[in-house]
Amino acid sequence: MRHIISLLMENEAGALSRVAGLFSARGYNIESLTVAPTEDSSLSRMTIVTSGSDEIIEQIIKQLNKLIDVVKVLDLNDGKHIERELMLVKVKASHQYREEMKRISDIFRGRIIDVSDNTFTIEITGSSTKLDAYLDSLDKSAIVETVRTGASGIGRGDRILKI
Amino acid sequence: MSAKKFTGAEIVIHSLHKENTEFVFGYPGGAVLNIYDAIFQLKKFKHVLVRHEQAAVHAADAYSRSTGKVGVALVTSGPGATNAVTGIATAHMDSIPMVIISGQVPTHAIGQDAFQECDTVGITRPCVKHNFLVKKIEDIAPTIKKAFHIARSGRPGPVVVDIPKDITAEESVFEYPSEIELRSYHPVEKGHQGQITKALELLISSKKPMVYTGGGVVLGDASEELTKLIKKLGFPVTSTLMGLGGFPANEEQFLGMLGMHGTYEANMAMQECDVLIAIGSRFDDRVIGNPDHFLSKPRKIIHIDIDPASISKRVKIDVPIVGNVKSVLEDMNEIYSTLEKNHDKKIQSDWMKTIDEWKAKKSLSYKNSDEVIKPQYVVEELHKVTNGDAFITSDVGQHQMWAAQYYPFNKPRRWLNSGGLGTMGVGLPYAMGAQLAHPEAQVACITGEASIQMCIQELSTCKQFHLPVKIINLNNRYMGMVRQWQEFFYGNRYAESYMDALPDFVKLAESYGHIGLQIEKPSEVTDALKEAFSKKNKERLVFLDFLTDQTENVYPMVPNGKGLSQMILSEDL
Repeated sequence: MRHIISLLMENEAGALSRVAGLFSARGYNIESLTVAPTEDSSLSRMTIVTSGSDEIIEQIIKQLNKLIDVVKVLDLNDGKHIERELMLVKVKASHQYREEMKRISDIFRGRIIDVSDNTFTIEITGSSTKLDAYLDSLDKSAIVETVRTGASGIGRGDRILKI
Repeated sequence: MSAKKFTGAEIVIHSLHKENTEFVFGYPGGAVLNIYDAIFQLKKFKHVLVRHEQAAVHAADAYSRSTGKVGVALVTSGPGATNAVTGIATAHMDSIPMVIISGQVPTHAIGQDAFQECDTVGITRPCVKHNFLVKKIEDIAPTIKKAFHIARSGRPGPVVVDIPKDITAEESVFEYPSEIELRSYHPVEKGHQGQITKALELLISSKKPMVYTGGGVVLGDASEELTKLIKKLGFPVTSTLMGLGGFPANEEQFLGMLGMHGTYEANMAMQECDVLIAIGSRFDDRVIGNPDHFLSKPRKIIHIDIDPASISKRVKIDVPIVGNVKSVLEDMNEIYSTLEKNHDKKIQSDWMKTIDEWKAKKSLSYKNSDEVIKPQYVVEELHKVTNGDAFITSDVGQHQMWAAQYYPFNKPRRWLNSGGLGTMGVGLPYAMGAQLAHPEAQVACITGEASIQMCIQELSTCKQFHLPVKIINLNNRYMGMVRQWQEFFYGNRYAESYMDALPDFVKLAESYGHIGLQIEKPSEVTDALKEAFSKKNKERLVFLDFLTDQTENVYPMVPNGKGLSQMILSEDL
């Protein structure tokens, strides 16, 4: 099953590679991994999307907790949470397709952020499945380039990951 | 008046001194020259010059294994650090507390492919508990403080501190922090009282209880608490290779080692028990064999471990207890005294009878010979000659298993070997570390002619530092364990497992200034051992080269992928 794991870690050189190294050394999946500093500049927050059986997810959480640089770990799937990912897509938008591209992007609440004679660049946010659905709705040959940030997640209401 | 300034190198030495470092095992080189100069001038501890960095780390590791203190090694950048990696990984797999200081090229040269540069922090990351690259002189003392704290607390392990050369030459004030706070690191000490009570109730009410202990008992100095509890409970107990000595082997309740080369009774009892308590052990592949086969018998499992990640890693645990083994066992002893009145030992008497029947099989029997030296016999005689009280190190292979099987340990920290990583070559450096830590003790390295050659250069270190270790070379002219697997599973095709072009070990020992003896006849075994351990040779390293039976195998054996109860037993039974 797919899990979104959020963690706070020391904002230090090498911390990211400890986490990435753990996943490769133990053969765990990484679907996506995103990391950036938090409002407390000594901490970074990382979101890892992974998948595995309950036993494997339990091991992943324990192994992450074992890393000295990791301050706190939360499996967002243990409770209600919100997931968002940002994607930028460059699509073919030559004359006869321009309207169609605009319409599809509107349906998914995308924003056109760059226009050229032959292309649109569309910014779209949502859950990873929504982004997948948007891509599925396009003709494959119309997609010129995509870039995705990987999922970020946050607990709903009182579920807070903070030290 | 301004505070006294120290160089970074001096700060390193003073910091190690503050941690009560007695010995530093190391090898100099460009990036650590400043540190070596400070060692020379400050004389705060004894430096042991090895002949290869791998041996420095192994010897520091053995110092730690045999004393419980943190071992310290010092190596230079680049090849110094890469040579140390095998030693670091060995210590990591067996959770040995160590601090390894490595030199690094100057900060401005990092990333420039400088002479003797390597990414030490990157290379060692997967095989350390933690590592640091020190970037400024003010960080040296707090980083060393953190390194020792991390190495020795929680589940212990090696910590690497990589120090660029330029900051060892800079100057700064020195203040060693008395306390260090790591907000992300708080190992659990005390076990959950409710879980402990639950575990005891489960054990008391079981019909077929079994105790399985591991290296955690030794590392956690919990032997006394364990022995007290098990004697009160009256349950059978087995130990992993790493746990030997944690429970006295001469006690009736001890069934010997379990696992791939465990005794028949230990493995059968593991398989057939209805409640199993694992104490400081981790259900690894050499211990429980095929996990599916192991789990095919229903049983409740209790697991005490300081590392939460060890629990339910390979086998699902019913009653997990996270905590320091010593503290948890203390609590168990206390809580048991309140539950003892409910413990009707009669319900376990049938189980004890069954175990006695398994014991009667005498699975470690072997047929001795007048013609050719049996390796098991050498180990048994060594046990007699040393009154079972020596520090025994081993390398990896058949001789390691025979040492574990035929040299019973009644005390912890007497048995030093590479259990997790299985590193050939540790035996001699381990003996050096143990002998330095215990100068008056008898130290023997049980090895084979293949393993001993992997760190043979350390005979020179032994000469320089007057280390009178006794080398028991079980020389069967084969990589014995490889040969055994080839015999059992590869149709007797002995691919590259024959040791050709062996040196004359007697002359080799002599050329390093030691005593060498070759023993060919079984009748000469005991006298040779007595000679080696005689008063006359108390100060000398003696290399005993026993020419042993080439075809002898280690029994019992659980073949790879098989279950614990599917042992191959010796034909001599």
